[in-house]
Amino acid sequence: MRRFAELFQRLDETNKTSAKKQALVDYFNAAPPEDAAWAVAFLTGDRPKRVVPTKVLVDVVLARAQIPQWLFDECAEQVGDMSEALALLLPIDDTATAPPSLTTMIETRLLPLAKLDAADAAAAVEASWAMLDARERLVWNKLLGGSFRVGVAKGVVVQALAQVANLDTGVIAARLTGTVEKSAAGFKALVAKDGDVDAVAAFDPARPYPFFLASPIPGAHPKELGAVDDFVIEQKWDGIRAQLVVRDLDGDKKIWLWSRGEEEVSAAFPDVVAAAQTLPVGTVLDGELLAWQRGVDDGGVRSFNDLQQRLNRKKPSAKLLEDIPCRLLAYDLLELDGVDLRPLPVSERRRRLEEVARTAGVLVSPLATSATWEGLDELWRNSRTHGAEGLMLKRKDSPYRAGRVRGDWWKWKVAPLSVDCVLVYAQKGSGRRAGLYSDYTFAVWNKPPPDLGSDDDGSDGEPRQLVTFAKAYSGLTDEELKKVDAFIKRHTTERFGPVRAVEPSIVVELGFEGIAESTRHKSGLAVRFPRILRLREDKTPADADSVDTLRALLDLPS
Amino acid sequence: MPRPDVLALTDRGLYCAAGDFYVDPWRPVARSIVTHGHADHARPLAEHALAAVGNEQILQRRLGGRSFECVPFHETRRIGDALVSLHPAGHILGSAQVRVEVAGEVWVVSGDYKRAADPTCPPFEPVRCHTFITESTFGLPLYRWPDTDLVVDDVIAWHQRCLQDGQSAVLLCYALGKSQRLLKALFDRGHAGPYVLHGALKPLVEAYREAGVVLPPTWSVQEATAGGFLRQALVLAPPSAAGSPWLKRFHPASLALASGWMLLRGARRRRALDRGFVLSDHADWPGLVDSILETGASRVLVTHGSQQAMVRYLVEQHGLDAAPLATPFTGEAGAEADDEVVDAEAAGIAGATLQGADAEDDVVALKVEA
Repeated sequence: MRRFAELFQRLDETNKTSAKKQALVDYFNAAPPEDAAWAVAFLTGDRPKRVVPTKVLVDVVLARAQIPQWLFDECAEQVGDMSEALALLLPIDDTATAPPSLTTMIETRLLPLAKLDAADAAAAVEASWAMLDARERLVWNKLLGGSFRVGVAKGVVVQALAQVANLDTGVIAARLTGTVEKSAAGFKALVAKDGDVDAVAAFDPARPYPFFLASPIPGAHPKELGAVDDFVIEQKWDGIRAQLVVRDLDGDKKIWLWSRGEEEVSAAFPDVVAAAQTLPVGTVLDGELLAWQRGVDDGGVRSFNDLQQRLNRKKPSAKLLEDIPCRLLAYDLLELDGVDLRPLPVSERRRRLEEVARTAGVLVSPLATSATWEGLDELWRNSRTHGAEGLMLKRKDSPYRAGRVRGDWWKWKVAPLSVDCVLVYAQKGSGRRAGLYSDYTFAVWNKPPPDLGSDDDGSDGEPRQLVTFAKAYSGLTDEELKKVDAFIKRHTTERFGPVRAVEPSIVVELGFEGIAESTRHKSGLAVRFPRILRLREDKTPADADSVDTLRALLDLPS
Repeated sequence: MPRPDVLALTDRGLYCAAGDFYVDPWRPVARSIVTHGHADHARPLAEHALAAVGNEQILQRRLGGRSFECVPFHETRRIGDALVSLHPAGHILGSAQVRVEVAGEVWVVSGDYKRAADPTCPPFEPVRCHTFITESTFGLPLYRWPDTDLVVDDVIAWHQRCLQDGQSAVLLCYALGKSQRLLKALFDRGHAGPYVLHGALKPLVEAYREAGVVLPPTWSVQEATAGGFLRQALVLAPPSAAGSPWLKRFHPASLALASGWMLLRGARRRRALDRGFVLSDHADWPGLVDSILETGASRVLVTHGSQQAMVRYLVEQHGLDAAPLATPFTGEAGAEADDEVVDAEAAGIAGATLQGADAEDDVVALKVEA
């Protein structure tokens, strides 16, 4: 546990990738393999869910620190990180001796907590804290809360493991896709030489390949990328990227579905899995998970909002399955007959995909063809009417790479939807934004401004009101963030716990991907993937858009 | 019948009518008492100022030739109908609490203070009083300072690690107080440096030496470059040097900051620092609460920092008559000195660039004039 806490601190203390990589290499070289396996899991986001309610932890700390709840809340808000606040408020205990290993802590102290009632869990947590120093407590609290995250990209973990194993990063990346077995054998398999068949065979047949991610085109138009004929071009569907894996498990054909977050979602999409039964063992498809028109396979794509209702269900009801059927629209073939096809050019993979799809009756994303870039403009512009958000441009000779590698695959997205709106509430952020007012709620006017050219000012005698419709925090530069933070601190009109009502003054252009009716916000609308495109210092709140503007976007097919 | 207030808040500062003087005023006045030399407390705004011994060199630089007098700690002066004496606050060299007695009613203004050991100034002394005006910069229970010796050892270990890795070690610290305390503590722990100072630190390090504080030898960047030991040095610079072109000459460098705010990971990460050392010249939570209780005051007025939380805690947990002192010092805990310095610079306040950088969090007072 001590070694892992040291690793966390080293990763946390530097912004330099080389230093992070070195910290990881040092750790993987020194740690027992079972600890290293757990560490890899945590560092790549595969972590146990929260095993004990935060309230249980807070209550122990309140009693130990002898402070009232409100004072704890003040502290937690100041810190912006619950695990850190808990660690800082616990009385300092100099009696802590070297704690057990990471594996022992996880397997004998963390996982069993899930089965305990609140009182027993509290006692067990207190006993575990007694073994740890302040730095270890911070990491431990993050593990307990299921919130462990540290600023290191998966790619850096892959590089470090590749260095430790003396293997190609591509090999490590492939082995890391899916879940790693948290055991000494699991880690040994991860870093084993290719010839070490026993270790490699320890891998889960369910594992998908690392996704190859496209980059936004440089500039506004793809003309500069080269000849249009060099690309495989298709719609950029507005669904969820997914891989469908058909492999042999103990002599039976089994099908797994993985979302882009490398989360296994097979149980949530039994209809997609059922439709893939016709595929032979040893097949891996890459495609888009989409909500589909009822009854007909060629009925077409439905909105992301519909898909979202399915995403929220781990086990969909029969009714939901009937109301919102889903399909995988395949666009790449990564494995056939158990052979890894990723080194082949995408044009060749595509040809084989169409063959497989014909025999197995699988849906394939259609290609767009045009002799010129200009010929694609109309299709691109009308993407939203097809349920897409732009075009995908894949260089014909490109292999299927791992991760986001620029140069071969490009996404040419249509402009995001956007409105000008007013910042009305703010809350302090966490992590890098801890202590700064960085989480905002935005509002638009409930009706348009009075028409100056008309006698009827449309106001019905009632003044216009700002109504909320979105929360967002990304998209500001550090400079802007500081400025907005300072403004909020000086222009707070009311406080509701950690939330501050702010004098309406700051106007931003907010971009989003879709819009739907919702009871969550006062406007009766909610947007998807909201993000701040820019501060509009040239605009005053009176210039902000109104609900009508948003409602007009609602009618767009998306 | 309530007793009369000894001090009252005016738009010029804390005012004692019985003695016709102000404590740390922020507008021009005739007579002031200065708690310590940080720029927001010691402004060249009074025709005549009174401060504690130890401040001579600092105030000569700060007050731009205006008239001032330094008096020994504990010596009682009669000013009008008020009896005034100064008592060590342990914040920086010459920092004082101001005790004011009028008709048997005793008020103490803490100024800024700390309880941790500091080899450059006498330690804080609790002064019995009826009303205590306290700062509350770090007025939340999460703020508990680690032992200073351990922090200093961490600094030494970091410097040695930098030497091994071929990196320059640049330590940001406030120019007045923190840098001298660090120099002395590092030296006392046997660390030989060599120590190189940013130009903004030099005059204040000299001021400490002139006041009799023994500090290790220090060099300018030019001297260290000429001597060929710049890359081996522990470089001390004000926080405002972060991100400045001045830093480029040290590349590759490990950048660290010594401040109480470094207790929080978020504060360190936001500044993209390589290391944060938790070292403050303000009292931590136990230090604040202990100090307040030790004064025996039944009434406590809380100025800048986590005012609201401290007030509520004193009222609810200790039954004291506590209230926020509605000064313009609304420095919010978590607001960081550098941000405020930027504000002050933007407001065009003379001298804020250099002086503000060492005033830690309470530079917010500068905003009053903005």
